[in-house]
Amino acid sequence: MLAASDLGQFDSFRPKRFAQRFGLDPFLAVLLLVTGGFGLVILYSASGHSNQMVLRQGIHFILGLTAMGLVSTCRRDTIIKLTPFLYVFATLMLLLVLLIGVGAKGAQRWLDLPGIPQFQPSELMKIALPAMISWWLTRNPIPPTVIHLLIAAVLIALPVGLIARQPDLGTSIIIAGSGFFVIFLAGISWRLLGLLLATGLASLPVLWSVMHDYQRTRVMTLFDPQSDPLGAGWNTIQAMTALGSGGLFGKGYSLGTQAQLKFLPESHTDFIVAVLGEEMGFFGICMLLLLFSLILGRCIVLTLRAESHFGRLLSGSITLTFFAYVFVNLGMVSGVLPVVGVPLPLISYGGTSVVSLLVGFGLIMAMQRTNRVLSGEP
Amino acid sequence: MELRTGVPERRLIGQRVLIAAFCGVCLLMLLLTRLIWLQLIEHERFVTASEANRLQTIPIGPARGLILDRNGLVLAENTPRLRVSVVPEESDDLEAFIDAVRERITLTDAEFSGFQKNLKSRRRPRDPVILKEIIGDEEAAILAVDAYQFPELRLEARPTRSYPFGRLTSHSLGYVGRLSSGELQNIGQRRYSGTEMIGKIGVEKAYENALLGQVGIERVETSARGQIMRSIERQEPVPGDNIKLHLDIGLQAKLYDILGDRRGAVVALDPRNGGIMALVSAPSFDANIFTHGLSNADYRRLEKDSSNPLFNRALRGQYPPGSTLKPMLGMVGLHYGSVNWKTEIRDRGYFQIEGIEHKYRDWKKWGHGRVNLEKAIIESCDTYFYEAAVRLGIDQMAEGMGLFGFGRRMGQDIVGELPGILPSREWKRSARKEAWYLGETVIAGIGQGSWVTTPLQLATATMVMARRGSFIAPHYSTRLDDDSGRRVNLASTLDWERMIDAMENVFHGERGTARGSAKNLKYRIAGKTGTVQVVGIAQEEEYEESELKKRFRDHALFIGFAPADSPSLVIALILENGGSGGSTAAPIARKIFDYWLLDRNEGERPPDIPYVLGVNDELARRPNAGGI
Repeated sequence: MLAASDLGQFDSFRPKRFAQRFGLDPFLAVLLLVTGGFGLVILYSASGHSNQMVLRQGIHFILGLTAMGLVSTCRRDTIIKLTPFLYVFATLMLLLVLLIGVGAKGAQRWLDLPGIPQFQPSELMKIALPAMISWWLTRNPIPPTVIHLLIAAVLIALPVGLIARQPDLGTSIIIAGSGFFVIFLAGISWRLLGLLLATGLASLPVLWSVMHDYQRTRVMTLFDPQSDPLGAGWNTIQAMTALGSGGLFGKGYSLGTQAQLKFLPESHTDFIVAVLGEEMGFFGICMLLLLFSLILGRCIVLTLRAESHFGRLLSGSITLTFFAYVFVNLGMVSGVLPVVGVPLPLISYGGTSVVSLLVGFGLIMAMQRTNRVLSGEP
Repeated sequence: MELRTGVPERRLIGQRVLIAAFCGVCLLMLLLTRLIWLQLIEHERFVTASEANRLQTIPIGPARGLILDRNGLVLAENTPRLRVSVVPEESDDLEAFIDAVRERITLTDAEFSGFQKNLKSRRRPRDPVILKEIIGDEEAAILAVDAYQFPELRLEARPTRSYPFGRLTSHSLGYVGRLSSGELQNIGQRRYSGTEMIGKIGVEKAYENALLGQVGIERVETSARGQIMRSIERQEPVPGDNIKLHLDIGLQAKLYDILGDRRGAVVALDPRNGGIMALVSAPSFDANIFTHGLSNADYRRLEKDSSNPLFNRALRGQYPPGSTLKPMLGMVGLHYGSVNWKTEIRDRGYFQIEGIEHKYRDWKKWGHGRVNLEKAIIESCDTYFYEAAVRLGIDQMAEGMGLFGFGRRMGQDIVGELPGILPSREWKRSARKEAWYLGETVIAGIGQGSWVTTPLQLATATMVMARRGSFIAPHYSTRLDDDSGRRVNLASTLDWERMIDAMENVFHGERGTARGSAKNLKYRIAGKTGTVQVVGIAQEEEYEESELKKRFRDHALFIGFAPADSPSLVIALILENGGSGGSTAAPIARKIFDYWLLDRNEGERPPDIPYVLGVNDELARRPNAGGI
């Protein structure tokens, strides 16, 4: 057949070779593109058919993909060298936020510096912290000693504390988690891990006492949303109603009454998956979960294939953090976790988080480095 | 350099990655289980919850029927008024919002405390809480400009009951008031689902059923903020019926004008059909304040007012009828044969029961001399009626007088009247648990003692006279017109005519008690004056020193109708502490008849609206105006 020769051209396309040449992992890139596109479709409905929002999110997504591509071509040793500087820079930025930051609803999260667009330094820290911990632990023997761990803990606690002060409980927990993931992957002994967990549990009452009232109510409503159906329980009840009323195949695209009539709060940001669940049902959510699972699976493969310890630790941490985002968000929307204000990655509306997320994927790809090996890198 | 230390560490990290992946799969399974439970197992329950969220049935209140006077003038209408309310659930900072509202419109302490109270009471979530019942156009404009800043603010135009002649008609029409939860239990909750007000008293209460109308229903899809997105089904409400009354607003105004500052009551009836043409209780109050949300403090102030503006003297004032009773009593005496037109007595100024020293005195110290029935009516001779009462006996007197409507409520569409007391042996036994004394029969003959009647009863009894022995129940609405009447079988037609002649001579005779008011009369009035002593002051009432004297003065009464031959207006009039019937009440009666028969040509000429409104405004300016 005539097409056979054409097909031959495609046959000659080898993902591995492509990745070796450009740094970009085509399999992961396509998955991200599909998921992001799916996200835009959901956003269009969730935002009440706002072209403007979809356009903005699309632009951010393309920006993020470009950044991902650029980062994926970076040299690994350059990244390792830059890591401490990035960490210090991000920490300073967080300090600056506490001093001159802007924000809304009683939280101060944004930095509005002249000449550059508004951004959240905590997004920068999402990359900088796991990189820094990976850098620190791989400078020393693996598994780390207690002294090294203590220093790592300080490195984690400093930015996490700053972010918690904004206050941004959700993000600070996630970032603390990303640091912890590095330590976990670096082979911390199970005994120490158990000790850490025990300390964590013991410090829960302390955490409770420093929490804001609204944060406490959120936790309380997790156990009984009906205790305050119009206040703190409202979000959870409406989200569960949206999901539950969606059923197997949903009410149809753009036909979800919970979302379209605004019973569902934050429907285009943190609770966007409830819109999906209402309009496309269990089926739609399973589609999304499948995409996420494929992304995660590919990330795990890439992590295992990563060239250096630094690369593996960083890739693993980014992968696990991505998973944590997905799990916490879905858990919050379906009412098994408290409402902590964590967006659903790649789907929720919000520019900076998309960019930082995709930069993270770029780092995972950069850690592959196979091209550099071939081209004679030491 | 990593190659040196590479392999074991690499395996360690790989192991950890796989452990983490395994945990991740477990957690995803957990999520999936949760989603299956939500979306597949509990699906139906959440569908119900989501439908309940989305669909709302909104009742649409019908327009309340209008109340019209005999000329078709609107006495009670529905005018759109703006109400300010708040949806607390939509407020980020309720206190700041209230402060912002206070900067723009005046909010009285009563309104504010009422709001605070309602805020705490049970209500449906997202139901607005009323902040200010009614605001003026100017304030509304000020609020509306900034409304976009306040998502919690609700400014809605609602039809509000208003009474254009509020002070003139309040005692007849009554008023509507907020439906209380107790009332809601007793009436059809569905019928009132779109209505907040209910007739509390007066015509508004009597015709509540007809005025209300039928509630409409709209099924709508609403957003979480309670905004209506679209209508799914709508069933229009049916407005209430209009009620046309016999009331003449011109006559009503004239009566208040004539009464001036005096306390008292007038009831004017149309003897041809029993319609209530005017019902006046002075002082009056402005019924509009009740529909505009009256605060407790204001209500208490009205209630405490010593001249009692809220008290309906025409229906609930129980006064001894005094000499106004004599024509009816004469008819009863004639019927039972205890007197006839030729019966004469010698009046020496007092009456004595045989064998008892006590003298029952006539109002005229030296007596009227030789007196027959006609003269006894014209000159209002007490001695004659002492004698007649004793001859008649209390039982026959009670039976005969009962035919005129004394001692019972008139009913019909009249709400809140009192029955008065028609004294009889039986009444005394059941009410006072005491035996009847002959002496009581004596003073009952001049309408004193236990006798008490309401002005409405007096007017009704006078109407029986005007109709020459035919009873017809008084009523407000033309709906109840029934010109058949019920024959009062007392004496003969000739007797009725002769009694009316005697009543005419009260005005037109040389010695009539009302002759002073008969100058240049172009028509003939049949009437009877009365002066009753104010026996005492009830223990709990407190009066100022100067008031005390005034309150001991006699009540002045008058009953009568005109033109005597073919009556078109019957009145009963009482002036509290007004002095003598002949000198105070009769001249006022003359003015009333002049107005109706001459100025208005028996209603042929329409009322003068500017005058009516002028009187209404004038009432508001009086010190005891009964308003705020």
